[in-house]
This record gives sequence, C-alpha cells and structure tokens, in this order.
Amino acid sequence: MHHLRKILAIVAKDLAAELRTREMLGAMFVFALLVIFIFNFAFELRAENQRALAPGVLWVAITFSGMLGLSRSFIREKDRGSLEGLLLAPVDRGVIFLGKMLGNALFIAVIDFIVLPVFVVLFNIPVTALPPLAVIAVLGTIGLSGVGTLFSAMAVHTRAREVLLPVLLFPLIVPVILSAVKLSAAVIDNLPFAEAQQWLSLLLAFDIVFAVLSFLFFDYVVEE
Amino acid sequence: MIEIRGLVKAFGSRLVLRGITLHISAGEFVTLVGPNGAGKTTLMRILATLSRPTAGQVLLGGCDLTQDPMRARHMIGLVSHRTLLYDDLSGEQNLLFYAQLYDVTRPKMRVEELLRQMGLWGRQRDPVSTYSRGMQQRLAIARALLHNPPILLLDEPDTGLDRHAAMTLGALLRQTDLGRRTVLMTTHNLEYAAAWGERAAILVNGRIVFQVNRSKIDLATLRAQYDHYASSA
Repeated sequence: MHHLRKILAIVAKDLAAELRTREMLGAMFVFALLVIFIFNFAFELRAENQRALAPGVLWVAITFSGMLGLSRSFIREKDRGSLEGLLLAPVDRGVIFLGKMLGNALFIAVIDFIVLPVFVVLFNIPVTALPPLAVIAVLGTIGLSGVGTLFSAMAVHTRAREVLLPVLLFPLIVPVILSAVKLSAAVIDNLPFAEAQQWLSLLLAFDIVFAVLSFLFFDYVVEE
Repeated sequence: MIEIRGLVKAFGSRLVLRGITLHISAGEFVTLVGPNGAGKTTLMRILATLSRPTAGQVLLGGCDLTQDPMRARHMIGLVSHRTLLYDDLSGEQNLLFYAQLYDVTRPKMRVEELLRQMGLWGRQRDPVSTYSRGMQQRLAIARALLHNPPILLLDEPDTGLDRHAAMTLGALLRQTDLGRRTVLMTTHNLEYAAAWGERAAILVNGRIVFQVNRSKIDLATLRAQYDHYASSA
C-alpha cells in the first residue's frame, strides 16, 4: 500500500502536468490520426486488401505516436531538473519506474482508445471487433511502455536523445509489435481463438519479461 | 553530522574529487567556495546520494551514504541552482507531490505553513512557470524543508538571483530554523560565503585547500586566499 500510494502520486503528478498543457497528448493524438489517414489515402485501399493491411497500419500509428510520448516522458523531468528531485526522495527507484511506466501506459492507452474507433470506421472493420482490439491495444501498450520507459530514462542522458530512443527501442519491441499485429489480424479476420492463442501467449510473456527486466535495470540506468 | 573521509570521485580517467576530508558538526553552517570545475557540484551530488563515490566514505548522522542511501535521503534537503520543481504544476501541487514521496504527516498543513513562511501564500495555485526566479528559489527551499531534514545542502542557491533576491534568500535561510540544521553551501560569491557561514572552505581542483572560522577572517582576507589558491590551480 505504501509503495502503491507513491506510484499513484507519480502517475497523478504526470497526469496533472499534462492536463495543464496538453502538449504531449495533443501531439500524440494528431500524429496517430495522421498516420491512419495517410496510410488510408496512400494505399487507396480496395475492399480485398483492407483487412490485410489494417492491423499493420494500426500498430504503426500506436507505436510511433507512443514513441512521441515516451521520448517526452523523461526529457520533461530532465530539462527542468525535477528528475533529480525524484531521485533525491526516499523512494525505491523501482517505485519511480512503475509510476513513470504507468503514466506512459495511461497516455498511450488514451490515444489507443481515441484512435481505435476512427480506425474501425476508416478501414470498414465490424464494430464488434472493437472490444477485442482494445484489449490487444492495452496489452501491446503495456509492453511498449515497459521497455520504452527504461530506454527513455537511458536516452535522456545523451545528446541525441530524441533520435536515440527509437533506434534503441524499435528493435527490442519487434516481438510485441509482431504479436499485436498478428492478434489484431486474427480479430479482424474473425479467426478462431485457438489460432491466435500462441500470439497472445507471446505478447503476455513479453509484457511480463520486459516489465520485470526494465524494473530491475532502472536503478542502474538512472544512477550516474 | 557530516563526516567525509578521503572522498574520491573519478569520471573515467578524470579525477574530479581527490581525497576530500571534511567534518561538519551538528548545527554548523559551512560555506564552500571554489572556481568553476573545482568539484563543488560533484561533491554536493554525492552528499545528496545522486552520485556514487569512487572511493572514500561519507557518513550523514552516522549513516553510511553508500550502505543506506534511503535513510540518508530522509536526512537531506537539497536546494540547487536548478529548482527541481515542475513548471507546469502550481507551487502547492509541487509541494503536495513531494510531501507524498517523503511521507510527510498532515501534508496540507505543512505545505500551507511553508508557503506562508516563504511568502508564497496567495500565489500557491499559480503554475511555477509564472513565478519569478526569486519566488521559484523560495519554493525550492520550501521543497527542501518539507520533511524537516536535519541536513541542508545548498548548491549555489544564489545562481541567477539578483542582489535583492539573493539577500532575501539569505535572510530566509537564516530565518528557517537553521540553528537546528547542519548546512553545507557552495557558492561563487565570496561575500555570501563570508557572511552566511560559520566556517568557510576553499575547494580547488578537487581538494579542500583552505578552511577557516568566520570569526577569524574577514572578506578581504578570504578573497586574497581565494585568489591565491585559484590562480595557482
């Protein structure tokens, strides 16, 4: 309970700061929509190829817009010196990691839930696919924000931090993107659950492994 | 209260602190002056548990910094030239957030008390970004004092402040029960070093080269000693 209160305090602080400016959520939202619209127009999708391309388009939108949020997450702390304020507090570094990770996941999930209905309409996907797609989006978002929070903290100490984060992060989250795309495709194609089960297991496994490893390594990353 | 023994810090092959030994008694106010690159901020970062020493030992109230950093953090309040505050949040939100991290009892009362003490009550709901530099630094002091730490580390707190704001800061630091706290302050300003502390020390090239009680030295002598050691570095 003691740690949970501090984790929630960090999440609430990030949320309050974002609600005051809305600069990060606004940029992420516009970017995700642009990706979906641009792909939609660029491919001039016909009925038969829509379903094949749609899952990939969805996850490009989620990961790229998520990257915007993740890169800002620690830059905001570092540039204003408040990261030192956090590290100075008698709080376990793992608690700080979980607070930042939950905050990042929350921001990306907000974008997921706004973008999904637009995606469903533009790609002519049955509305019944929305709930399972939302669950997959949440699972993919957890994987993305777990390792993304760690690498965001790592990249913030470098000069080319905004370039470095995607370069470091994208190769690592390939299993998350791959399994999320496969799962989304299975939902859109209305395949039986058994056919998608292995991808769900892979996604869950990576969510857990990435979150645990990132939690363990965070202390070393923020230590000078 | 602060015991530093043979403290060494290296970044790669570059030695920044070269065996610092310093004892600061409980309730003492020590000022540390030195030119740029002398190692003042590195020393403060180590004392604040933000950086690990390469060698040597630091005890805060008998607690070894590297063995039990969590306990040490309870004992430290840090005011730096950076405010460590969130610009987008209000002064009150900032303090309430840190109060939660430090497990401050009755956080709302403590926050109001400190905001009033720092002359910021009335602006408590405004974003920190709208505060003047002097007001931000006063809020930073409130943040550092939130958990009532016995040790206060002041890392060039006067940086960026005009003379009036710096004097206000000095008055506030003397006002806020500093008699009960142990204070180590780094500064470039010899005038403040001579006026605010009970003991002044000069740090050059990662070594403390000179220490004296304020009662035994005046500003002109301190300046002469500083120029002597800084120019020979």
